Amino acid sequence: MSSTVTSERLLQVSIWRGGDDGRLVQYEIETRENQTVLDVVTEIQRRLEPSLAYRFACRVGVCGSCAMTVNGRPRWTCRTHVKNVVEDHALTIEPLRNLPKIKDLVCDLAPFIDTFKRAGAPFSGSNTRHEKPAAVKPDSPLRVAADAALQCINCAVCYSACDVVSWNPDYIGPAGLNRAWTLVNDVRHNRREQTFKMAFGEGGCGSCHSHGNCTRHCPVELRPSESIAGLKRAAFSGLPTE
Amino acid sequence: MHPTRRHQSYLAAMAHRVSGALLALFLPVHFLLLGSALDGPEALDHYLRLADNPFVKFAEWGLVSLLGIHLALGLRVLLLELTPWPHRTEKLSTWILPSALFALGLGLLFIYRSTS
Repeated sequence: MSSTVTSERLLQVSIWRGGDDGRLVQYEIETRENQTVLDVVTEIQRRLEPSLAYRFACRVGVCGSCAMTVNGRPRWTCRTHVKNVVEDHALTIEPLRNLPKIKDLVCDLAPFIDTFKRAGAPFSGSNTRHEKPAAVKPDSPLRVAADAALQCINCAVCYSACDVVSWNPDYIGPAGLNRAWTLVNDVRHNRREQTFKMAFGEGGCGSCHSHGNCTRHCPVELRPSESIAGLKRAAFSGLPTE
Repeated sequence: MHPTRRHQSYLAAMAHRVSGALLALFLPVHFLLLGSALDGPEALDHYLRLADNPFVKFAEWGLVSLLGIHLALGLRVLLLELTPWPHRTEKLSTWILPSALFALGLGLLFIYRSTS
Protein backbone atom coordinates (compact mmCIF):
# COMPACT_ATOMS: atom_id res chain seq x y z
CA MET A 1 0.00 0.00 0.00
CA SER A 2 3.04 2.23 0.03
CA SER A 3 3.39 2.16 -3.76
CA THR A 4 3.07 5.30 -5.82
CA VAL A 5 -0.32 6.82 -6.47
CA THR A 6 -0.58 6.83 -10.27
CA SER A 7 -3.74 8.69 -11.03
CA GLU A 8 -5.58 11.70 -9.77
CA ARG A 9 -8.73 9.78 -10.38
CA LEU A 10 -10.02 7.62 -7.55
CA LEU A 11 -10.87 3.96 -7.97
CA GLN A 12 -14.58 3.36 -7.47
CA VAL A 13 -15.00 0.03 -5.71
CA SER A 14 -18.34 -1.69 -5.12
CA ILE A 15 -18.08 -4.45 -2.53
CA TRP A 16 -20.73 -6.95 -1.50
CA ARG A 17 -21.63 -6.46 2.18
CA GLY A 18 -23.72 -8.89 4.20
CA GLY A 19 -24.97 -12.40 3.47
CA ASP A 20 -27.28 -13.67 0.74
CA ASP A 21 -29.61 -10.71 1.36
CA GLY A 22 -26.79 -8.18 1.34
CA ARG A 23 -26.05 -5.36 -1.09
CA LEU A 24 -23.21 -3.62 -2.90
CA VAL A 25 -21.57 -0.74 -1.00
CA GLN A 26 -19.42 1.90 -2.73
CA TYR A 27 -15.90 2.85 -1.60
CA GLU A 28 -13.27 5.12 -3.08
CA ILE A 29 -9.54 4.54 -2.84
CA GLU A 30 -6.49 5.83 -4.63
CA THR A 31 -5.25 4.13 -7.80
CA ARG A 32 -1.74 2.79 -7.28
CA GLU A 33 1.01 1.19 -9.28
CA ASN A 34 1.12 -2.62 -9.19
CA GLN A 35 -2.11 -2.81 -7.28
CA THR A 36 -3.84 -6.20 -7.06
CA VAL A 37 -7.52 -6.64 -6.30
CA LEU A 38 -6.53 -8.21 -2.98
CA ASP A 39 -4.53 -5.02 -2.22
CA VAL A 40 -7.71 -3.04 -2.89
CA VAL A 41 -9.79 -5.16 -0.50
CA THR A 42 -7.08 -5.02 2.16
CA GLU A 43 -6.74 -1.24 1.86
CA ILE A 44 -10.49 -0.78 2.21
CA GLN A 45 -10.62 -3.11 5.22
CA ARG A 46 -7.69 -1.43 6.97
CA ARG A 47 -8.53 2.17 6.23
CA LEU A 48 -12.23 2.49 5.55
CA GLU A 49 -14.24 -0.51 6.67
CA PRO A 50 -12.67 -2.55 9.52
CA SER A 51 -15.67 -4.87 9.69
CA LEU A 52 -15.20 -6.06 6.08
CA ALA A 53 -14.79 -9.85 6.02
CA TYR A 54 -12.67 -11.58 3.37
CA ARG A 55 -10.33 -14.56 3.09
CA PHE A 56 -6.71 -14.70 2.10
CA ALA A 57 -3.58 -16.53 3.21
CA CYS A 58 -0.52 -16.78 0.97
CA ARG A 59 -1.03 -13.66 -1.22
CA VAL A 60 1.11 -15.23 -3.97
CA GLY A 61 -1.20 -17.58 -5.88
CA VAL A 62 -0.52 -20.78 -4.01
CA CYS A 63 -3.43 -21.31 -1.63
CA GLY A 64 -6.43 -20.10 -3.67
CA SER A 65 -8.27 -18.83 -0.60
CA CYS A 66 -8.62 -15.25 -1.91
CA ALA A 67 -10.87 -16.29 -4.82
CA MET A 68 -13.67 -13.76 -5.37
CA THR A 69 -15.86 -12.51 -8.18
CA VAL A 70 -14.28 -9.47 -9.81
CA ASN A 71 -16.38 -7.59 -12.36
CA GLY A 72 -18.51 -10.70 -12.76
CA ARG A 73 -15.72 -13.26 -13.20
CA PRO A 74 -14.23 -15.58 -10.56
CA ARG A 75 -10.54 -14.91 -9.98
CA TRP A 76 -7.71 -15.24 -7.50
CA THR A 77 -7.62 -11.64 -6.31
CA CYS A 78 -3.94 -11.85 -5.30
CA ARG A 79 -2.99 -12.67 -8.91
CA THR A 80 -5.30 -10.13 -10.53
CA HIS A 81 -3.86 -6.71 -11.25
CA VAL A 82 -6.40 -3.91 -11.07
CA LYS A 83 -5.14 -2.43 -14.34
CA ASN A 84 -6.07 -5.66 -16.16
CA VAL A 85 -9.69 -5.79 -15.00
CA VAL A 86 -10.71 -2.23 -14.13
CA GLU A 87 -13.52 -0.82 -16.25
CA ASP A 88 -13.88 2.96 -16.32
CA HIS A 89 -12.04 3.32 -12.99
CA ALA A 90 -14.51 0.97 -11.33
CA LEU A 91 -14.37 -2.50 -9.78
CA THR A 92 -17.18 -4.68 -8.46
CA ILE A 93 -16.03 -7.29 -5.97
CA GLU A 94 -18.39 -10.02 -4.76
CA PRO A 95 -18.02 -13.44 -3.14
CA LEU A 96 -17.80 -16.50 -5.39
CA ARG A 97 -20.98 -17.35 -7.29
CA ASN A 98 -22.84 -20.66 -6.73
CA LEU A 99 -21.98 -20.81 -3.02
CA PRO A 100 -23.90 -19.54 0.03
CA LYS A 101 -22.64 -16.16 1.23
CA ILE A 102 -21.60 -16.05 4.91
CA LYS A 103 -20.57 -12.44 5.27
CA ASP A 104 -19.28 -9.88 2.80
CA LEU A 105 -16.69 -11.57 0.58
CA VAL A 106 -16.62 -14.83 2.52
CA CYS A 107 -18.69 -17.71 1.16
CA ASP A 108 -19.42 -21.12 2.61
CA LEU A 109 -17.20 -23.65 0.84
CA ALA A 110 -18.83 -26.69 2.48
CA PRO A 111 -21.15 -27.50 -0.49
CA PHE A 112 -18.12 -27.31 -2.79
CA ILE A 113 -15.97 -29.58 -0.60
CA ASP A 114 -18.88 -32.06 -0.45
CA THR A 115 -18.74 -32.43 -4.23
CA PHE A 116 -15.43 -34.31 -3.93
CA LYS A 117 -17.06 -36.98 -1.76
CA ARG A 118 -20.03 -37.11 -4.12
CA ALA A 119 -17.61 -37.70 -7.01
CA GLY A 120 -16.06 -40.74 -5.35
CA ALA A 121 -13.10 -39.21 -3.51
CA PRO A 122 -11.04 -39.61 -1.39
CA PHE A 123 -8.24 -41.90 -2.49
CA SER A 124 -8.40 -45.33 -0.97
CA GLY A 125 -5.33 -47.53 -1.02
CA SER A 126 -5.04 -51.11 0.10
CA ASN A 127 -1.28 -51.31 0.64
CA THR A 128 0.22 -50.81 4.08
CA ARG A 129 3.55 -49.20 4.90
CA HIS A 130 5.05 -52.67 5.10
CA GLU A 131 4.51 -53.32 1.40
CA LYS A 132 6.51 -51.94 -1.49
CA PRO A 133 5.08 -48.80 -3.11
CA ALA A 134 3.15 -49.50 -6.32
CA ALA A 135 5.29 -49.04 -9.42
CA VAL A 136 3.57 -46.48 -11.67
CA LYS A 137 5.54 -45.64 -14.79
CA PRO A 138 5.55 -41.89 -15.46
CA ASP A 139 4.86 -42.47 -19.16
CA SER A 140 2.04 -44.98 -18.72
CA PRO A 141 -1.22 -43.79 -20.36
CA LEU A 142 -3.11 -43.74 -17.07
CA ARG A 143 -0.43 -41.76 -15.31
CA VAL A 144 -0.24 -39.27 -18.20
CA ALA A 145 -4.04 -38.84 -18.07
CA ALA A 146 -4.01 -38.31 -14.30
CA ASP A 147 -1.02 -35.95 -14.52
CA ALA A 148 -2.92 -33.58 -16.79
CA ALA A 149 -5.63 -33.18 -14.14
CA LEU A 150 -3.50 -32.96 -11.00
CA GLN A 151 -2.41 -29.71 -9.34
CA CYS A 152 -5.95 -28.62 -8.46
CA ILE A 153 -5.83 -26.64 -5.22
CA ASN A 154 -9.61 -26.62 -4.68
CA CYS A 155 -10.05 -22.86 -4.97
CA ALA A 156 -13.64 -23.22 -6.31
CA VAL A 157 -13.09 -20.79 -9.20
CA CYS A 158 -14.28 -23.40 -11.74
CA TYR A 159 -17.29 -24.27 -9.56
CA SER A 160 -18.17 -20.59 -9.41
CA ALA A 161 -17.77 -20.16 -13.19
CA CYS A 162 -19.88 -23.21 -14.08
CA ASP A 163 -23.31 -22.49 -15.61
CA VAL A 164 -24.62 -25.99 -14.92
CA VAL A 165 -23.85 -25.64 -11.18
CA SER A 166 -25.88 -22.41 -11.17
CA TRP A 167 -28.82 -24.18 -12.86
CA ASN A 168 -28.66 -27.54 -11.11
CA PRO A 169 -27.56 -27.66 -7.46
CA ASP A 170 -27.25 -31.46 -7.70
CA TYR A 171 -24.47 -31.21 -10.30
CA ILE A 172 -21.12 -32.28 -8.84
CA GLY A 173 -19.27 -29.64 -10.80
CA PRO A 174 -15.93 -29.47 -12.57
CA ALA A 175 -13.53 -29.73 -9.61
CA GLY A 176 -15.12 -32.86 -8.14
CA LEU A 177 -15.30 -34.57 -11.53
CA ASN A 178 -11.73 -33.57 -12.31
CA ARG A 179 -10.68 -35.24 -9.04
CA ALA A 180 -12.71 -38.33 -9.95
CA TRP A 181 -10.86 -38.55 -13.27
CA THR A 182 -7.48 -38.58 -11.49
CA LEU A 183 -8.73 -41.40 -9.21
CA VAL A 184 -10.21 -43.41 -12.07
CA ASN A 185 -6.74 -43.32 -13.67
CA ASP A 186 -4.92 -44.18 -10.44
CA VAL A 187 -4.12 -47.91 -10.37
CA ARG A 188 -3.40 -47.69 -6.63
CA HIS A 189 -6.97 -46.53 -5.90
CA ASN A 190 -8.90 -49.64 -4.90
CA ARG A 191 -12.34 -48.07 -5.43
CA ARG A 192 -11.88 -47.11 -9.09
CA GLU A 193 -15.12 -48.77 -10.23
CA GLN A 194 -17.11 -47.17 -7.43
CA THR A 195 -15.57 -43.75 -8.05
CA PHE A 196 -16.45 -44.03 -11.73
CA LYS A 197 -20.04 -45.02 -10.94
CA MET A 198 -20.41 -42.06 -8.60
CA ALA A 199 -18.88 -39.66 -11.13
CA PHE A 200 -21.26 -40.96 -13.79
CA GLY A 201 -24.29 -41.17 -11.51
CA GLU A 202 -26.95 -38.56 -10.86
CA GLY A 203 -25.51 -35.04 -11.06
CA GLY A 204 -22.29 -36.48 -12.53
CA CYS A 205 -20.39 -35.98 -15.77
CA GLY A 206 -23.51 -36.63 -17.90
CA SER A 207 -24.91 -33.29 -16.72
CA CYS A 208 -22.00 -31.30 -18.17
CA HIS A 209 -23.00 -29.16 -21.16
CA SER A 210 -19.39 -28.66 -22.32
CA HIS A 211 -19.58 -24.86 -22.16
CA GLY A 212 -15.95 -24.81 -21.09
CA ASN A 213 -16.32 -22.03 -18.48
CA CYS A 214 -14.29 -24.14 -16.02
CA THR A 215 -11.36 -24.59 -18.40
CA ARG A 216 -11.55 -20.95 -19.38
CA HIS A 217 -11.30 -19.71 -15.78
CA CYS A 218 -9.01 -22.22 -14.01
CA PRO A 219 -6.16 -20.14 -12.55
CA VAL A 220 -3.70 -23.04 -12.80
CA GLU A 221 -4.75 -23.77 -16.38
CA LEU A 222 -6.16 -27.21 -15.73
CA ARG A 223 -8.76 -28.51 -18.17
CA PRO A 224 -11.69 -29.96 -16.22
CA SER A 225 -13.58 -30.16 -19.55
CA GLU A 226 -11.00 -32.72 -20.67
CA SER A 227 -11.40 -34.76 -17.47
CA ILE A 228 -15.19 -34.74 -17.79
CA ALA A 229 -14.92 -35.77 -21.46
CA GLY A 230 -12.65 -38.63 -20.32
CA LEU A 231 -15.30 -39.80 -17.86
CA LYS A 232 -17.97 -39.63 -20.58
CA ARG A 233 -15.80 -41.71 -22.92
CA ALA A 234 -15.24 -44.24 -20.16
CA ALA A 235 -19.00 -44.74 -20.08
CA PHE A 236 -18.66 -46.25 -23.58
CA SER A 237 -15.27 -47.91 -23.35
CA GLY A 238 -15.14 -48.93 -19.69
CA LEU A 239 -12.53 -48.01 -17.10
CA PRO A 240 -9.22 -46.91 -18.62
CA THR A 241 -6.60 -49.67 -18.65
CA GLU A 242 -2.84 -49.74 -19.14
CA MET B 1 -24.12 -11.57 -21.35
CA HIS B 2 -22.70 -12.83 -18.05
CA PRO B 3 -18.94 -12.15 -17.99
CA THR B 4 -18.08 -15.84 -17.41
CA ARG B 5 -19.73 -16.67 -20.74
CA ARG B 6 -17.75 -14.29 -22.94
CA HIS B 7 -15.78 -16.94 -24.80
CA GLN B 8 -16.10 -18.93 -28.00
CA SER B 9 -16.89 -22.32 -26.47
CA TYR B 10 -19.98 -20.85 -24.83
CA LEU B 11 -20.98 -19.17 -28.09
CA ALA B 12 -20.64 -22.51 -29.91
CA ALA B 13 -22.70 -24.32 -27.25
CA MET B 14 -25.45 -21.70 -27.43
CA ALA B 15 -25.55 -21.65 -31.26
CA HIS B 16 -25.84 -25.44 -31.18
CA ARG B 17 -28.61 -25.40 -28.57
CA VAL B 18 -30.66 -22.54 -30.03
CA SER B 19 -30.49 -24.00 -33.57
CA GLY B 20 -31.58 -27.37 -32.14
CA ALA B 21 -34.52 -25.82 -30.28
CA LEU B 22 -35.67 -23.93 -33.40
CA LEU B 23 -35.41 -27.08 -35.51
CA ALA B 24 -37.45 -28.96 -32.91
CA LEU B 25 -40.15 -26.30 -33.21
CA PHE B 26 -40.27 -26.94 -36.95
CA LEU B 27 -40.50 -30.74 -36.65
CA PRO B 28 -44.27 -30.92 -35.91
CA VAL B 29 -44.95 -28.81 -39.03
CA HIS B 30 -42.65 -31.10 -41.01
CA PHE B 31 -44.48 -34.24 -39.88
CA LEU B 32 -47.87 -32.62 -40.43
CA LEU B 33 -46.88 -31.84 -44.01
CA LEU B 34 -45.52 -35.34 -44.63
CA GLY B 35 -48.64 -36.81 -43.04
CA SER B 36 -50.77 -35.05 -45.67
CA ALA B 37 -49.39 -37.58 -48.18
CA LEU B 38 -51.62 -40.16 -46.50
CA ASP B 39 -54.57 -38.30 -47.99
CA GLY B 40 -53.16 -38.71 -51.49
CA PRO B 41 -50.64 -36.92 -53.75
CA GLU B 42 -52.95 -33.94 -54.34
CA ALA B 43 -53.03 -33.10 -50.65
CA LEU B 44 -49.24 -33.22 -50.40
CA ASP B 45 -48.78 -31.21 -53.60
CA HIS B 46 -51.15 -28.59 -52.23
CA TYR B 47 -48.82 -28.00 -49.30
CA LEU B 48 -45.65 -28.31 -51.41
CA ARG B 49 -46.90 -25.51 -53.65
CA LEU B 50 -46.74 -23.24 -50.60
CA ALA B 51 -42.96 -23.45 -50.99
CA ASP B 52 -43.25 -21.31 -54.14
CA ASN B 53 -44.20 -18.39 -51.91
CA PRO B 54 -41.06 -16.23 -51.41
CA PHE B 55 -41.69 -15.94 -47.66
CA VAL B 56 -41.94 -19.72 -47.31
CA LYS B 57 -38.81 -20.06 -49.46
CA PHE B 58 -36.99 -17.65 -47.13
CA ALA B 59 -38.15 -19.68 -44.12
CA GLU B 60 -36.91 -22.86 -45.80
CA TRP B 61 -33.53 -21.23 -46.39
CA GLY B 62 -33.46 -20.43 -42.66
CA LEU B 63 -34.24 -24.03 -41.80
CA VAL B 64 -31.51 -25.39 -44.07
CA SER B 65 -29.01 -22.95 -42.54
CA LEU B 66 -30.08 -23.94 -39.02
CA LEU B 67 -29.67 -27.58 -39.94
CA GLY B 68 -26.17 -26.84 -41.28
CA ILE B 69 -25.00 -24.99 -38.15
CA HIS B 70 -26.56 -27.63 -35.87
CA LEU B 71 -24.88 -30.43 -37.78
CA ALA B 72 -21.45 -28.79 -37.78
CA LEU B 73 -21.54 -27.78 -34.11
CA GLY B 74 -22.91 -31.21 -33.18
CA LEU B 75 -19.82 -32.74 -34.78
CA ARG B 76 -17.77 -30.41 -32.58
CA VAL B 77 -19.46 -31.78 -29.43
CA LEU B 78 -18.85 -35.36 -30.59
CA LEU B 79 -15.17 -34.60 -31.21
CA LEU B 80 -14.91 -32.81 -27.88
CA GLU B 81 -16.47 -35.56 -25.84
CA LEU B 82 -15.72 -38.78 -27.67
CA THR B 83 -12.21 -38.40 -29.04
CA PRO B 84 -9.11 -38.36 -26.86
CA TRP B 85 -7.64 -34.94 -26.25
CA PRO B 86 -4.86 -33.28 -26.61
CA HIS B 87 -7.08 -31.03 -28.69
CA ARG B 88 -8.07 -28.09 -26.56
CA THR B 89 -11.40 -26.38 -26.26
CA GLU B 90 -9.74 -23.23 -27.59
CA LYS B 91 -8.64 -25.07 -30.71
CA LEU B 92 -12.12 -26.52 -31.20
CA SER B 93 -13.50 -23.02 -30.77
CA THR B 94 -12.09 -22.27 -34.20
CA TRP B 95 -14.80 -24.68 -35.34
CA ILE B 96 -17.32 -21.85 -35.07
CA LEU B 97 -16.36 -19.88 -38.18
CA PRO B 98 -16.15 -22.95 -40.48
CA SER B 99 -19.53 -24.07 -39.06
CA ALA B 100 -21.10 -20.71 -39.87
CA LEU B 101 -19.57 -20.76 -43.35
CA PHE B 102 -20.76 -24.33 -43.90
CA ALA B 103 -24.30 -23.33 -42.88
CA LEU B 104 -24.17 -20.26 -45.11
CA GLY B 105 -22.92 -22.36 -48.02
CA LEU B 106 -25.62 -24.96 -47.47
CA GLY B 107 -28.26 -22.21 -47.41
CA LEU B 108 -26.91 -20.70 -50.64
CA LEU B 109 -26.83 -24.13 -52.29
CA PHE B 110 -30.46 -24.58 -51.30
CA ILE B 111 -31.40 -21.24 -52.84
CA TYR B 112 -29.43 -22.06 -56.00
CA ARG B 113 -31.01 -25.52 -56.35
CA SER B 114 -34.53 -24.31 -55.71
CA THR B 115 -34.36 -21.37 -58.12
CA SER B 116 -32.55 -23.10 -61.01
